[in-house]
Amino acid sequence: MAEEKKVVRKKIEATVQMNRYMSDYFYELNEADKTRSRKIAWCTSVGPAEILRAMGFLVHFPENHGAMLGATRMSTDMIPIANASGYSPEICSYLTADVGAYMKGVTPLSKAYPGIDRVPRPDVLVYNTNQCRDVQDWFAWYAAEFKVPLLGIHTHRGIKDVGEAHVASIASQMHALIPQLEAISGNKFDMDKLRHVLALSKECSTLWKKVLDTASAKPSPITFFDGTIHMGPAVVLRGTQTAVDYYNLLLAELKTRIQNKVAAVEGERFRLYWDGMPMWGRLRDHSDLFARAGVNVLASTYCNSWIFSAFDSEDPFNSMARAYTELFIVRADDAKEAYIRRMIEFFKVDGIIYHDAKTCPNNSNCRYGMPQRLEALTGVPSLTINGDLNDLRLVSDEQTKTNVEAFIEQLEEK
Amino acid sequence: MKDSQPVFAGIDVGASRTKVVILDREQQIIGRAVVKSGTDFEAASRQCLTLALDMSGRTAGHIAKAMTTGYGRKNVAISQESKTEISCHARGCYYYFPRPITIIDIGGQDNKIIKLGESGKRLSFKMNRKCAAGTGAFLEEMSARLDIPLEDLDGLARQSMNMVELGSFCTVFSATEVLEKIRQGKKVPDIVKGLFFSVIKRVMEMDSLSEHVVMTGGVVAHNAFLVLMMEEMIGRRILVPEYPQLTGALGAALYAMENKHSNP
Repeated sequence: MAEEKKVVRKKIEATVQMNRYMSDYFYELNEADKTRSRKIAWCTSVGPAEILRAMGFLVHFPENHGAMLGATRMSTDMIPIANASGYSPEICSYLTADVGAYMKGVTPLSKAYPGIDRVPRPDVLVYNTNQCRDVQDWFAWYAAEFKVPLLGIHTHRGIKDVGEAHVASIASQMHALIPQLEAISGNKFDMDKLRHVLALSKECSTLWKKVLDTASAKPSPITFFDGTIHMGPAVVLRGTQTAVDYYNLLLAELKTRIQNKVAAVEGERFRLYWDGMPMWGRLRDHSDLFARAGVNVLASTYCNSWIFSAFDSEDPFNSMARAYTELFIVRADDAKEAYIRRMIEFFKVDGIIYHDAKTCPNNSNCRYGMPQRLEALTGVPSLTINGDLNDLRLVSDEQTKTNVEAFIEQLEEK
Repeated sequence: MKDSQPVFAGIDVGASRTKVVILDREQQIIGRAVVKSGTDFEAASRQCLTLALDMSGRTAGHIAKAMTTGYGRKNVAISQESKTEISCHARGCYYYFPRPITIIDIGGQDNKIIKLGESGKRLSFKMNRKCAAGTGAFLEEMSARLDIPLEDLDGLARQSMNMVELGSFCTVFSATEVLEKIRQGKKVPDIVKGLFFSVIKRVMEMDSLSEHVVMTGGVVAHNAFLVLMMEEMIGRRILVPEYPQLTGALGAALYAMENKHSNP
């Protein structure tokens, strides 16, 4: 019987520090929740977190919690609870897992951080529909539950080129949040504070991009699967010095790896690009599946989503509006195609994996012929695997494995 | 002496059936067998190998190299080496039809569409989603619902004069629809032909087809009429290898022959 090759994982040393920072972040939120010493805002992951921080809120990100539910494989048991209360199994499984977990009174935070027994209660919920409409419905559920204000920014979607009209519209919506946030926080809006937070966010974003760009080295010092873990601070701590400190540390380690030709995947034979969401409950399995074959899935659209190059502390509102609208997920397919072509070239990839996530159409870029068009344009082959970000009922491990192995065999034939 | 020459074995441990092909050094099929995979892949593969070896007049000692493929490819001890069924079906089909081809393989539990270029190099492949629509499992379920032996489906479909078209690919929805058609007094042959048409429609939506189309798999091996229906639908002849259920095992045996110098 063919024995599976054991995968030797190369630990990223900075992880220890990241875990400390993440722990501090969650305990600070928990403390504020228990003592009501600080106001808490819930925010979408690519929403206007900078404004919230500048106004003194601590910020909780339900998508981060959703990913934790997925990664701990709690989500599949929580989703049916939300399904039974009228939230379809076809909609975002972050939403259904998160709401289901709340209804059941459980959170993965409890196991990771002893003493935390619930998500922090919000004083306000602020969403941005730049990713999808589901975030609005998701936050609306909690607004009703906690009886707190629900604020939102409605982003234009399917944009080819981001124009001044788009920027002006989003910037004015951001401005419109301020009086309401002042009333909820009890703090007067301070432009200098926003500039400071935005400058830190920009620095975080620049460093995060440099971290991800290290994957262009041959061999790559990092994998996509590493990226999904190490993006934590870019999601929940951007706008703080902590996130900047962390990515300086991580970047230095990865640069050392490059200097010493240390490969994240031993004997890197092929380099792949991942488009779409990770399957959170299968991160380890997928990482091992590829690594065992000497294949590094080293870059992704997903991890790049927390790069906000347009941030400019000299022009906070317009630059935030632009940065949060320039994102891949907001764009039309021709802009997305041009982006992936640049990624193929920059990261020198041999193939693309598209994850068609059943409950996340907005992050599944294989549904309108893009793989076929890109393959015709670039000659780079692709594979689409069916699955989901959080609902493991929609994942067939055997089919995934056969598809991936067959794709690698196809690359070997070249 | 010819009988003492080494042979090469390809073992395709499918979800439904296990298939073995024994090749001699001239790449001729000298032994073949098909058995149910059941729940013990190891036992099924050994039984199947024994049957194929018996047919070839050789023993296990003559096997120079073996390669496994299929759903249970890593669950049997006969060989340390395996390849996916995608690669093996491609290799097996190209053996028969060395030209650019699109292979449609309809297996017990999954469908595959594989495209090969002029040199036999794989250009792309698609497998069905996590759903048994359009596979052998779909026909098995329907034959049970209709209380018709699986092997009778082909003959019944040929008798159809007025095919009943079914609206859904879904096995569960189709079963409900079939019951409704029976209540409406539709004839069984017309329903069975509709089931075949459902399989074809599901396959046709998976990918585009190139000029030369090859069909393989157990469903094709046992339902030649389905191939005729497909030919009518696409308006050209479809190539079917001599043993359509064995192309995966054949491909595995060919790979075994190519890799004969690597460790067993």
